[in-house]
Amino acid sequence: MSHPIEVDWIRWIILAPLIGAAINGFFGVRIQRSLGRPAVGVVACLPVLVSFVLAVAVLVKLLSLEPAERFLLDDMSRWIHVGSLRVNLAWWADPLSSTMLLVVTGIGGLIHLFSYGYMDEEPSLWRFFAYLNLFMAAMLTLVLGDSLLTLFVGWEGVGLCSYALIGFWYKELANARAAMKAFVVNRIGDFGFVLGMFSLFWLLDDHGQGTLVFRELAGRVHLLEGMTVLGFAAPVFITLMFFVGASGKSAQIPLYVWLPDAMAGPTPVSALIHAATMVTAGVYMIARLNFLFDMAPATLFVVASVGTATAIVAATIGVAQWDIKKVLAYSTVSQLGVMFIAMGVGAYEAGIFHLFTHAFFKACLFLGSGSIIHALHHEQDMRNMGGLRRHMPVTFATFFVSTIAIAGIPPFAGFFSKDEILWKAFSSPLGSPVFWAIGSIAAGFTAFYMFRQVFLVFFGEYRGGHATHGHHDHDVHGAHGHGAHVPHESPAMLTLPLVVLAAGAVFAGFLNVPGAIDVFGVTPHLFNDWLAPVMAPETLGHGAHGAHGALAEAEAVLHHVEHDPMEYLLMALSVCVAFGGIALAWLVYARQAISADRFAGVLGGVPYRVVFNKYYVDEIYEATVVRGTVALARGLAAFDRVVVDGTVNGTATLVRGLARMDGAFDRIVVDGAVNLVGAISLWLGNRARSLQTGHVYSYLYAIVVGVAVVLVTRLF
Amino acid sequence: MQAATIGLEHFLIVGMLLFVAGLFTVVTRRNAIGILMGVELILNSANINYVAFARYSGGHDGQIFSVFVIMLAAAEAAIGLAIVLGIYRTFETIDVEATDVLRG
Amino acid sequence: MIYAVLFYLVAAFTVACAAGVALSRNVVYSAFALMGALFGTAGMFAFLGADFVATVQVLVYVGGILVLTLFAIMLTHQISEVRVSNRSVAAVPAAVLIAAVAGVLLLAILRAPWKTIDPTAPQATTYAIGELFLGRFLLPFELASIVLLTALVGAIVLSRKELRG
Repeated sequence: MSHPIEVDWIRWIILAPLIGAAINGFFGVRIQRSLGRPAVGVVACLPVLVSFVLAVAVLVKLLSLEPAERFLLDDMSRWIHVGSLRVNLAWWADPLSSTMLLVVTGIGGLIHLFSYGYMDEEPSLWRFFAYLNLFMAAMLTLVLGDSLLTLFVGWEGVGLCSYALIGFWYKELANARAAMKAFVVNRIGDFGFVLGMFSLFWLLDDHGQGTLVFRELAGRVHLLEGMTVLGFAAPVFITLMFFVGASGKSAQIPLYVWLPDAMAGPTPVSALIHAATMVTAGVYMIARLNFLFDMAPATLFVVASVGTATAIVAATIGVAQWDIKKVLAYSTVSQLGVMFIAMGVGAYEAGIFHLFTHAFFKACLFLGSGSIIHALHHEQDMRNMGGLRRHMPVTFATFFVSTIAIAGIPPFAGFFSKDEILWKAFSSPLGSPVFWAIGSIAAGFTAFYMFRQVFLVFFGEYRGGHATHGHHDHDVHGAHGHGAHVPHESPAMLTLPLVVLAAGAVFAGFLNVPGAIDVFGVTPHLFNDWLAPVMAPETLGHGAHGAHGALAEAEAVLHHVEHDPMEYLLMALSVCVAFGGIALAWLVYARQAISADRFAGVLGGVPYRVVFNKYYVDEIYEATVVRGTVALARGLAAFDRVVVDGTVNGTATLVRGLARMDGAFDRIVVDGAVNLVGAISLWLGNRARSLQTGHVYSYLYAIVVGVAVVLVTRLF
Repeated sequence: MQAATIGLEHFLIVGMLLFVAGLFTVVTRRNAIGILMGVELILNSANINYVAFARYSGGHDGQIFSVFVIMLAAAEAAIGLAIVLGIYRTFETIDVEATDVLRG
Repeated sequence: MIYAVLFYLVAAFTVACAAGVALSRNVVYSAFALMGALFGTAGMFAFLGADFVATVQVLVYVGGILVLTLFAIMLTHQISEVRVSNRSVAAVPAAVLIAAVAGVLLLAILRAPWKTIDPTAPQATTYAIGELFLGRFLLPFELASIVLLTALVGAIVLSRKELRG
């Protein structure tokens, strides 16, 4: 690899939102009071705009370079140089981080704008924006960090901000609990991340090559071959640990439980953190370490399996939810599972591409739901919605477009990205038809529950308007709730971001048209080629090693068999599955030709109840992990009572029997002597009791005297 | 460097005097906070010895230990003063003579 | 020469302040005398070429512990000890006993055959100490952070108001 080009302006991408967070965090109260809410909004949105402009500048700069030389480095300062550890505060922009940069700053900027409109009744707006800007800074640190340690700083930073924002309305106990749950579950994952990082550095340090910097790691990981940790091959162990970290942050089985609860936060937060950016950090991390994961096929299989399981489990749960945001949350978990399938079959580009398109349509869906929730005065139950198509046309149009995109209907974005993954899951040497089949079923479920949502929310008759007001009318919410039982379209501040994101959901897919389709006259695989320098091992400056080489060859072969007729067949199949899901949703929820209760009643209603209760996972964790700890403590206590106390008591009984016999002898012969001694002891004790004064200083005196005596006897 | 004129013993004697003053404070004070201040003096005297020995025998280990001592002093002060406040809440006084519940 | 005079001045100041801590009847005066003693100790560290320890001494002791102590004094209103009529804690026997301890210590200091090396010119120690903390003394260093965390939690638990339930 040629030397990266050194620049000194990338740092401002991170520093700008950090400064914004500092201003709003420290002076926000005063700004809001003296200059008004718009000032707070400007302070928050301007830095994100700066970051976005710089992110575009990074993209332009990278595009102007040769593909193999697209690396920018901003070495800001030394950070930790101790022992053999050398970590700098350095920011690293290559095609992968540049893609993430655009997603984070672009969508983040739109969501900032949306938030300003959405939080129009929030008294502590400044606090919200301070957190949001801090989140941006942390997320950009995660994306731009040139070493695992800087990435980890961002990783923890986004976790902290996520905690703060889930619990933003901390006066509600449920929100505080949800925040705590997210934090604790993420800690479990972070533990894995830290272990992975430690063992990676430690094992490389054995060769005197310890490093955490990505560009150095790429050339050194081959040293890990042949090493073992706890019986695992070193790369497998390390990548498994990293995957534990990724599954915590990106809400995979078994650590996904925090994400649905995280919907307690404000809706723009759900859109930004829990759909578009933070939860994709695990995917990004795996893509960033692709050279390491390539060395561990066993881990990749685990990643793909977990991704598949998560995709189908979350998709089925999504079918039975009534809360508009919960549906989207489970949809996010499911889509993240799909991304992990891509990672697991070695199709990193496809995974990142799905991350990219998903960010558009899922952010749009969340913001759309935010627009609805805003218009309905914090009503989130879809049973109280309906018919909103007429009242909120812009929201409807954008929501509908994004739903089509996520359902995988061509030519919308989701179709291209998801189909690429499913095809790779089928055809990659690491893939299997099982992954493809389950992934496709999950896609069918996705189409079904997303259209169920659309039909429930936007079609039919408006079912709210009675219960929804009442308890809100007495406060500020009443300002635009007077008499109007019909919801209105949200202001432009809210709809503008929706339109932009919906446009992304429509067109983003064309960046990576599969080779099998060239009818649109678009160059195929633009996106894959863009990411190729980061992913393809040979450009990273070391020869093909083991699994690396095999994979690279397999990729090369794949490139040639791109026009496999199988690909057309599978593509057609997945489109059919998507349309099948939509048709079913239409029949059940729009035409109501089939009663939803009939589905619920299948097999005595057992499947429905299982799904409705989210597979009882929370209950299982409660019963196993939480109760298990308590039960273990109880068991130990019982052991203590029965065995230990029993032994002691048994011994005591035995001794007592002996003592009885002895007692007779005692009373007669010994007592006389003992009574005498006892009397003396009592007398002495009464004298000695005054030593125990209960006064601290008298004990101190005793200590000083003792020390003096010891010193004197030792010295003379 | 005129450091040679100031020998190790000079520092040890300063440390000793601090120790003695601290000990006297601890033993004669009836105010619990006063006693804690005496303990701080004793810890300081130990620190002077550590650093002095480090200086006159080479190496930095003594300084490391003195930093640990300072750390422990901070922990001790936090806990100690919290206990003193607890005593004050319970007994309405921090006179160590009044708090003799453990009297034999 | 100036060096020696300076040393004796700082040493005298330190000891005088320590005596103030021990002898003052007002706890607030004691606390301020303690501040002098702590600064004096920092001066001793400076004479010993321990710049890092001297800085830590000022930051932690003067900035942290002393302020905490003053807070505790204010919170407990036990500023003066005059209220106490009978000094059952006799100062005279304590003084005699402690003088004995002092004498023994002094004897030990003067009689012991200290093996010293001529100290080198003082250098900045922060870097070396940092290396040691993150190298040879890493485990104690991390344990220290746990101790501090425990103390923090303990202090909060001890000093909060009892909650019902």
